[in-house]
Amino acid sequence: MSWMPTLVVGARRETSEARTLELAITGWPGHVAGQHVDVRLTAEDGYTAVRSYSIASSAGSRRLEITVDRLDDGEVSPHLVDTLEPGHRIEIRGPAGGWFVWRPTEPVPQRPLQLIGGGSGIVPLMSMIRTHAEASSATPFRLLYSVRTPELALFRDELVRLERDDAHLDVTWAFTRVSPAGFPTPPARLDRSSSVAAVFAPELGAVTYVCGASPFVESVTGWLVDAGHLADDIRTERYGG
Amino acid sequence: MEGFSPGFTGRPRAQSQGLPPGQYVTESFPVLSAGATPRPSPTDWELTVRTETGTVSRWSWSEFLELPAEHVTCDIHCVTSWSKLGTSWRGVSVDTLLDGTDTSAGFVMARSYGGYTTNLPLGDLLGGKAWVATEFDGRPLEPEHGGPARLLVPHLYFWKSAKWLTGLDLLVSDSQGFWERNGYHRRGDPLLEQRYS
Repeated sequence: MSWMPTLVVGARRETSEARTLELAITGWPGHVAGQHVDVRLTAEDGYTAVRSYSIASSAGSRRLEITVDRLDDGEVSPHLVDTLEPGHRIEIRGPAGGWFVWRPTEPVPQRPLQLIGGGSGIVPLMSMIRTHAEASSATPFRLLYSVRTPELALFRDELVRLERDDAHLDVTWAFTRVSPAGFPTPPARLDRSSSVAAVFAPELGAVTYVCGASPFVESVTGWLVDAGHLADDIRTERYGG
Repeated sequence: MEGFSPGFTGRPRAQSQGLPPGQYVTESFPVLSAGATPRPSPTDWELTVRTETGTVSRWSWSEFLELPAEHVTCDIHCVTSWSKLGTSWRGVSVDTLLDGTDTSAGFVMARSYGGYTTNLPLGDLLGGKAWVATEFDGRPLEPEHGGPARLLVPHLYFWKSAKWLTGLDLLVSDSQGFWERNGYHRRGDPLLEQRYS
């Protein structure tokens, strides 16, 4: 897999902390929902820095969009969120990853998909949700999305719209610091009982994808296994130390 | 490529000197795993070495702790580009585990609680290059970092250092483990930047 010259063709701010970059690569082979790419930046003196970012766009669109959350002490993400502009070039390697992925034709026989995202862990799950909607997939999808405040929620309007329009998508929001006006429950961190209550029951045999910061993924997967979900049916992707 | 990333300066260069290509230094200890964290109890835990002819050596947790252990200080390199320098471990050398084992195998499949597997050339596990580690930084290895015992093969990308290790199967021919079936390189040498297949 080699580095491909990539043109930034668009940039959309998602939140105060995150931006989506639309990228164009000659000969881009397309991706599977859930995959990531490596991004390489090169400084004037030839120094390079590489980080991995999940693809946010649907597989069917064949478009390549990454949504990047700024890490305050990050080396690459501040540049991608605040500095890079359409017309600039970066380098991309990918798409990569064959595990934390979903294709509309899978699994066979059909099983529900439980998606659980914390913060920017929503990004690869969003690619799956967009792919699901565009393919009019009948696979039951349920998303549990934990985020600090409504303003920091990625793709909030789109998720509300997709939940309304996609008959096979159900979204549960967990606001941990601030709830939106009129939200039925006060803000609270996900805990054992609220997590277990928000997902498909174990007997439905869902395949579960969990993505987020490492402590979030560790807690949630532990609660699900304790509640009778099979560890073999849980796929995880983590970031941070 | 032509040109550079306007406005990108990057971190102080000294931090990246001596690192394998494409790596950066982290002070934290990120966790990567494909699923839920397995938690085998010490009473159930065992480690086996199985040769290509089916001969099995087996250690219970208490037997394993009786084996001579070594302190290891090494740099580790994750395929997701972070490197952690000067990490401190305690573990049993794979040379010790295979001492006296009659084999003509050239490869090993490491097997973990939870079903994870990774394949390695036997030569990458022998000669003082690999350990089964039970301590990190002077403390028992945390479950999310692979405790009670993980493989430690610091000269390869860290996915080869299988967490929650329970078996080493010696094989005559190479076969693909979990990440190797999912797009990652068969050997994974950071100096050669063998990330993807």
